[in-house]
Amino acid sequence: MLRRLSLMCLTALAVMSAAQAAPRDDILAGYAAQAKADDAAFAGFSAARGEALYRNPHRGGKPDTPSCTSCHGDNPRAAGRTPVGKAIDPVAVSAAPTRYTDPAKVEKWFRRNCREVLGRECTAREKGDWLAYMITQ
Amino acid sequence: MTTLIRSIAVGAALFAAGAVMLGRAKAGSDEYFPPVSDPLTRQECGSCHMAFPAGLLPARSWQKMMGELDHHFGEDASVDAATARQITTYLVAHAADSAGRGDMRGWLRGVSAATAPQRITELPKWVREHREVSPGDWTRKEVASKANCVACHVDAERGYFEDD
Repeated sequence: MLRRLSLMCLTALAVMSAAQAAPRDDILAGYAAQAKADDAAFAGFSAARGEALYRNPHRGGKPDTPSCTSCHGDNPRAAGRTPVGKAIDPVAVSAAPTRYTDPAKVEKWFRRNCREVLGRECTAREKGDWLAYMITQ
Repeated sequence: MTTLIRSIAVGAALFAAGAVMLGRAKAGSDEYFPPVSDPLTRQECGSCHMAFPAGLLPARSWQKMMGELDHHFGEDASVDAATARQITTYLVAHAADSAGRGDMRGWLRGVSAATAPQRITELPKWVREHREVSPGDWTRKEVASKANCVACHVDAERGYFEDD
């Protein structure tokens, strides 16, 4: 009886800690499937490519926001700032553990911000790379 | 015993004075605008800038704005149709010219009924209330833009816009 109870507690704990990561894994899996469909040679996401996407200046978007860092800042673990001055929660998972757990919210902001910075929507690979980088941060 | 009665009396008097002052600040003052109470509106309209109180614009302005979210002051702020409907309903119901908001009408003084102003910071009353702010203050790094109310009005998120 006692053993069964402790097993149940352990299971509950494991489920609770996984609860935050599970939706993020689902989002990543969705992007991976799409990236594979876009390019058969796709071999997984890369945090290094994600960091380059985050830091590099891009062309095609708005001149006042050439890169992700224009608003999110050089340090993804620190708060960013919108052009009108409102603080943005950090984008690194370690600093904002609830980020990237709501697929609709993730898609909404990729759509808006990629258009803003790149002048186009991001590909599934780019979105996955971004997530891969932010998960390591 | 007398000490106890006295402290109760003093406490009651302080409470009454506080209530009167709060009531005065809330009722019809130019400095209190009820903050957005709808969680969806607060979230969607409060990501890039503060969720501005609905009472800062007339209903027709909110309706126009909500129909043009894909180019919202140069940004794509579009939301899905159901979300847009719910937000519009809230904003219109709590707009400066909505029913039961007679005390807010002063805020719209000088605004033609034929126009649907979009920028709160271009309303004649807003301009007048901020005429003493020096141009240099607007360009300070921590201010960033006129849309950043909280840079000066520290309690703006709670609806208070008194001079700070």
